[in-house]
Parts: sequence; C-alpha cells; structure tokens
Amino acid sequence: MSDLRDLYQEVILDHNRQPRNFGPLETASHKADGYNPLCGDRVTVYLQIQDDRIDDVRFDGAGCAISTASASMLTDVLKGRSLEEARAVFDAFSRLVTADSTELNLSDADRELLGKLLVFQGVCEFPARVKCATLVWHTWSAALSQETDAPVSTEE
Amino acid sequence: MLTAHERAEGGALDSKSDRRATFDVAAIRADFPALDQEVHGKPLVYLDSAASAQKPRAVIAAMDSLYLHDYANVHRGVHELSQRATRRYEGARDRVRDFIGAGDSREIVFVRGTTEAVNLVAQSFVRPRLQPGDEILITGLEHHSNIVPWQLVAEATGAKLVVVAIDEHGAVSADEFAAKITERTRFASFAHISNSLGTVLPIEAMIAHAKKAGVSVMIDGAQAVPHRHVDVRALDVDFYAFSSHKMYGPSGIGALYGKASHLEAMPPYQGGGEMITKVSFEETVYNDIPHKFEAGTPNIGGAIGLGAAIDYLNGIDFDQLAAHEESLLAAATTQLVDLGGITVVGTAPEKAAVVGFVIDGVHPHDVGTILDREGVAVRAGHHCAQPVMDHFKVPATVRASFGCYNTMDDVVRLVAAVEVCREVFR
Repeated sequence: MSDLRDLYQEVILDHNRQPRNFGPLETASHKADGYNPLCGDRVTVYLQIQDDRIDDVRFDGAGCAISTASASMLTDVLKGRSLEEARAVFDAFSRLVTADSTELNLSDADRELLGKLLVFQGVCEFPARVKCATLVWHTWSAALSQETDAPVSTEE
Repeated sequence: MLTAHERAEGGALDSKSDRRATFDVAAIRADFPALDQEVHGKPLVYLDSAASAQKPRAVIAAMDSLYLHDYANVHRGVHELSQRATRRYEGARDRVRDFIGAGDSREIVFVRGTTEAVNLVAQSFVRPRLQPGDEILITGLEHHSNIVPWQLVAEATGAKLVVVAIDEHGAVSADEFAAKITERTRFASFAHISNSLGTVLPIEAMIAHAKKAGVSVMIDGAQAVPHRHVDVRALDVDFYAFSSHKMYGPSGIGALYGKASHLEAMPPYQGGGEMITKVSFEETVYNDIPHKFEAGTPNIGGAIGLGAAIDYLNGIDFDQLAAHEESLLAAATTQLVDLGGITVVGTAPEKAAVVGFVIDGVHPHDVGTILDREGVAVRAGHHCAQPVMDHFKVPATVRASFGCYNTMDDVVRLVAAVEVCREVFR
C-alpha cells in the first residue's frame, strides 16, 4: 500500500477528480492531439502563445488518473511561463519520471522549476506508467511546433 | 526406434488418467512452476490466461527434450535426428487432428497463431472469390485479428464488411446473424468465444444458417479450445483456427483446420521451401496439403510443445474443468457486484471464464497497476477489441480470466485487491 501511495499521492488524486483548465480553448494559437494506443488515453493540448510566452493553456481528453493529473498540473505549471522556461520544465520533468531514483540528479533550480510536479517522482518506480505521465508533455511539445495534423503517440 | 520421449508422449494419456477421477486443482497447480512465485512480495495470482496462459512442466519438458536430443530440420534429412524431429513434428499434427475431431491430418496446417490463420484464409480462400459489392459477415465482438484481415481483402476487392450487432449483454443472436445473410454474402467469420467479454456464441445455429445459404464459415477458436471440446466434423465448419499459447502451449504456433477439398483448391499463401515438390525457373509444382501452406522451416519446437499441451489437456476432464471454471466465474461476478460501484461488462447468458469490469471513478489502467502491486495479474485495456469497448461506451475494461489452475482463493484475492483500489481512490 505504501508504494501505491508514492504513486497515487493526494495531489494527484485531487487533480484527477477535479482537473484544472479542462476543456477546449477557443482562442488557441497552437493545438495537438496525443494518443497512447496501448491504453487508449487521449489528450488534446491547446495553447495561446504570444511573444514566446504561454498566455493560456488548456486540455481535454480522457485517461487514467496519472495522465489526467499530469495534464492538469502541466496547465497549472506552464501558464504564464516563457517558452524557454517551459522547455526547461519539460526537460526536468522527463528526467524526474524516467530516472532510477538512485541516479536522479536534480539541481535546486530544477526542483524550483518543477515545484508541485515533484509528486510525480513516484512514477519512475512503475515503469509501465511512465508513458501515462509523459503523454501530455509530448503532446504539449508537439503543439509548440504546430504539428497539429498527425496525432502524437508515445509509441514509436 | 522410438526415443524415450516419444514413448513418454505415447503414454501421456495413461499417466494422467488419474486426473480424470476428480478435478484436483492443487495437482494441476503443481504442474505449473511459474505459478509458484511472489510478485511485489505477494503470492502470484494469475488471472490473465485469456491473454496468454502459463505452461505446465510437460510442455517445457517436451520442448527441452527436442532441443537436447532430437532436434534437426524436418522433412529433409535422411539422418536419424531429422527422422526423429519429423516424427515428433508430424505426431503433433496428429494430436491436433484428434484434439479437434478432424478426420485427416492433411487438414491441419501449422501457423504462427490464430491471426495468421485468419489472414491465410482471407487471402487464399476468400479474396479470389470476391467481386465488388460482395459481403463478408463478422460480428461486433470480434478481436482485431478477425476484423482487420477482412478489411484488407475488402479494400483490395471492393467487397463490404457486414457486422452483426451485439446486444446490451454482449450476446450475439443467431437470428440476427441469419437476417444479415444476403445473396451477396460470400463468407462468414466469427469467434467461438469472445476474448473481451467471454460470450459464447451460438456457433452451431450460426453455421447452420450459413450452410443453408451456401456461405462458408471460419471460426476463431482461440478462446474456446482451452475450455471446451471442439469437434470440427460435428460442427461441419469449413475452417477453425486456434493458438497454442492460450491453451498452455508455447507462443508462436497455432493450427488452422480446413476441409481438405478447400485446402486443395486454394492457392499457396506464401512461397518458399517445403511447400513445393519441383521448382525450375519456368514452373513450380506445389507440395500436397498441408505442406503447401507451410513455406520455410516451420516452428518445430513450437508444434511439439503444442502437441504436449494437447496431451496435458487430454488428461483433464473437460466437463469437470468447465464446472470448476464456471464456479470461479460465478463467485467472482457475484462478489465483485456485491462490492457496489462496479459494472460487469459482458453479461451474456452463456459465458466462458472471463469477467470484464469497470470500477466507478477509477480508470482500468490504474486498477491494473494497483492489482499488480497486490500480486494479482489481470489485463487492463481494450483487449484488441476496440469496437466492443465503443459498444459499451467505455475506453477500456479490467479483465480477469480464469484457467484450469485458478482457485477460489484467487477469487478472494482479486476481490480484496479491488477493495484496495477503492481505498486508494477514496
């Protein structure tokens, strides 16, 4: 039970129950669809970007608790950030959820960037679930390059 | 001269005959070494046999003895090892013949699995018979492997795929099936038992309707052969396919039964060695059935493992097995429903030992992870049957499937693990 609580922390369950910034963004300048064919998780990320700054970000879709909470918290953390900062968060988040806990090497600056996203550290102990946490981030990254035609997949 | 293992294979029925007296699940469990382990610190409860079943020692030993003593290429060598390997490989074919009640070993084609069998029939038997506007009939609960091969031939020929709808319980009605047969129907292919819901289809009535209209039929028996006796001659079915790995044999091997008259009339599916009798650059003469459909060196060890799995199943009384699995299914269904807040997906009156369910407010993928940490292995996902998921308007389900080695204790552990899910998500 205790290692399950490392994965399903209260913050994650809360974002799963009440996702923030959920629903389409009519004024989106960028948008991408993400899909994990293995589990059927779907997410769409909408971005309003001006002068290299994310003025607004929303998502919709359906998926497991990890993917829903990850999407909800992405919108919380990235709203108002510069694209440069947002890319740094993406990089730190990727290392957070994929690293073996013994080799995880985050600087103080990384930790500050990640903020509440640090609750996803438990995901790295559940290799089958890493893709659930990263789907929305890959989708966000695809939206930046406006790759909106082909759905993004976490499967190669 | 028979090898020690060939003698053992010949005697397998006798040595297992005591299993027929009573259904001794403890003795069966002892035959499956992989079941005896801990996962995440808890004794393993394996409820994913519908995806792939664990293997008894007898299957592992049969394959071991091939590679340790009798391995060589088949149908080629005059030397002793090739003779032995060929005898054991063809012996496995004879076992498949008897297992499904076919009359002639030439009607048994070794394939990689059910998927390859469907593709073989689609490309070699059905495709040459299709004209634009012709119809291929399937049902709404098919596995992707019994949908996509038909879409491929339909696309290539201008034929149409016609789907018999499933009802709210996940059942298929033979009358609905009959109503969908038209003068353009050229072929019908459907599951014996649904992989995602466990529904047993009324295949006898469906085959009878098809026969009356002159429509040939293929049955996907992947989920049926581990649970019930199949008699292809009594069914009078044209093609019947199954995979070894769901019936306690190795993966990568399966069998296609086809009526000899059909197989003889069909063009080869793939070209290569083994499937020919004479090759020149001007002309090739194809080998006789079934070798015409077995191009290249076959999965020798796989076929022999499948033969051993059949010997193993022959040592189990299928009526008692069915009663045992039915009691597990009934207990699991009742106890899950009694927890409240759980919807069982697939409630057809006649079902095999599969419970598909969703927990209110908890995504199946999260359930799969939590159950795994409790030592309970289930499948969470769309089960390669996305149209079925769409029908029930769920993205996925949790599927617990039972095999010959599961016990009432496994049901208790499943239900307890589901309670942990609800505690985590409270």
